[in-house]
Amino acid sequence: MPLLRIEGVAKSFGNFRAVDKLSLDIRAGEFFALLGPSGCGKTTLLRMLAGFETPDEGRILLGGNDIAQVLPHERPVNMMFQNYALFPHLSVRDNIAFGLKRAGMARKDIATRVAEMVALVKLEGLEKRKPDQLSGGQRQRVALARSLARRPQVLLLDEPLAALDKKLREGTQGELMELQRRLGMTFIIVTHDQEEAMTMAGRIGVMDAGRLVQVATPRNLYEAPASRWIAEFVGDINLFSGQVTARDRGRLTVTTTEAGTLAVSELWPPVTKEAVSVAIRPEKVKLSRRAPATDAGASQAINRLEGAVIDVNYLGGITSYRVKLESGAVVRSSMANTARLDVDAYLAGQRVVAWFTADDCLVLEQ
Amino acid sequence: MAHTVTRLTRFNMTSLAVGLAFLYLPIVILVIYSFNASRLVTVWGGWSLRWYREFFSDRAMLEAAWMSLSVAAVSATLATLLGTLAAVGLARGERFRGRALFSGMLYSPLVMPEVISGLSLLLLFVALNAERGFWTVTIAHTTLTMCFVTVVVQSRLSALDRSLEEAAMDLGCDPVRAFLMVTLPLIVPAIVAGWMLAFTLSLDDVVIASFTTGPGSATLPIRIYSEVRLGVKPEINAICTLVIALIAVIIVIASFASRLSNARGESAAPL
Repeated sequence: MPLLRIEGVAKSFGNFRAVDKLSLDIRAGEFFALLGPSGCGKTTLLRMLAGFETPDEGRILLGGNDIAQVLPHERPVNMMFQNYALFPHLSVRDNIAFGLKRAGMARKDIATRVAEMVALVKLEGLEKRKPDQLSGGQRQRVALARSLARRPQVLLLDEPLAALDKKLREGTQGELMELQRRLGMTFIIVTHDQEEAMTMAGRIGVMDAGRLVQVATPRNLYEAPASRWIAEFVGDINLFSGQVTARDRGRLTVTTTEAGTLAVSELWPPVTKEAVSVAIRPEKVKLSRRAPATDAGASQAINRLEGAVIDVNYLGGITSYRVKLESGAVVRSSMANTARLDVDAYLAGQRVVAWFTADDCLVLEQ
Repeated sequence: MAHTVTRLTRFNMTSLAVGLAFLYLPIVILVIYSFNASRLVTVWGGWSLRWYREFFSDRAMLEAAWMSLSVAAVSATLATLLGTLAAVGLARGERFRGRALFSGMLYSPLVMPEVISGLSLLLLFVALNAERGFWTVTIAHTTLTMCFVTVVVQSRLSALDRSLEEAAMDLGCDPVRAFLMVTLPLIVPAIVAGWMLAFTLSLDDVVIASFTTGPGSATLPIRIYSEVRLGVKPEINAICTLVIALIAVIIVIASFASRLSNARGESAAPL
């Protein structure tokens, strides 16, 4: 039995179906991310877990008990709000103690727990400050400490890092993961930032139009997306649509108008339709001046696309290129700058061969 | 908060001076003449506190002042209570039917000519056969000032982040406790400001009070108005100066209240 089981939960606002018969299991101690574009229903789902919205249908089982109709203040679940929602009239200490006082904890225990939480999020010395006397990062920590203080069975985090700048966000991601491991608590985070989800979560549920379209580890989500939509939503990708024209021992030949005939390895489950898309991530597309030697006995087929570099973007760690093929289609390639003096190896206008192996391609049904 | 410093140019200085003079010159003259020793309002006879003594021994005038202050205090309190409840209903109960109509009706006293409000209240009290006096004026002032309280409190409430109440519920408060422990402390400055506004509005009202009051229970403005018709006595200047002082104190307190709410990081109630 998973800690949290969401069973056929649906919620509509007027005619808008925010969450559509969604089912999901979350294990105890898991760091789970709900990822999706804005308006996909991820926040509504989170608010139903917190109790601020009541599902129209379905059940939410926490440790076996249906909590779908239970009021927020009676759930062993706490939430960290996107804008932190710190009580402006209370000090840091009173903000953190707020939930403990409501739980009827003894004064002495409250003081101990608050001190513990303050130390946990490294806010020592700021206990008497009011929220408006804190920096953005400090407020975020107070909000985290306040939501953790009651030791909820599940902590819900609604875009917890959205208000922080990039540098601070990266540091805080690491701290959140560390904290979650140390406390062994179940975290469910809602985010629209795929990098954030991939960095922190053990599993990611991708949502679109109120449905879960894929639940997978970050690696599987990126390397084996279940649909063309997910492939495009998570990371950058080159897509060529075409027809399957031959099948031979797990090797498909796909004829495309944009990139000619491509050899791709078939994944499980096998494609059943003729019309497919061949997808290839930019970092798996290599560039070279001349076509790599054709080796008839090579374990995998290599696809070669000839074209001209149309622009070069140096991004520090990598350089990304756009190559225009004869067909007019554009292929993106990104290559790591592994040597200091060899960056920008290719210049705009230069003729190159963009190549990739059959195993690096994905076949997605249209 | 912006920390822009604009240098005062000569033009700005002049326009400020002219504007302030236009607003305050009559009041300054009134205050100065309230210390006039002469019986004639227009002739300066040296400094004196004579007219203040006169006022404090004028029984009828003192009774009117007391009547005005108690009407203002009671009606402001009632208006604050009702107005705050209405504001909470309007700002929080977004789903009830006829909300737009209700809020429109609530705000009508803001634009309704006072003569019409006064007359309709008079007709109501006559129809109910109510004895006109303290309570009829108080009720009339409550209906007049309640919408002002609602405007002030509602704007504060809608500036307040809804997720604060949700956070309180998330941390173990039922909806009522969440309101009392989080929302109420945050709107107190607006409630105080609303009360002050209602108090001053009631204190200076002549029109509605004269429609709804009865014989022998005149408020201070009515009393002053009827005295002035017989010619301005210097005593009136003294009374007016005292009223101005009272209102100035209230405005200072109200601006402190809204400064306090600014300090709490939220936008202040407009006043």
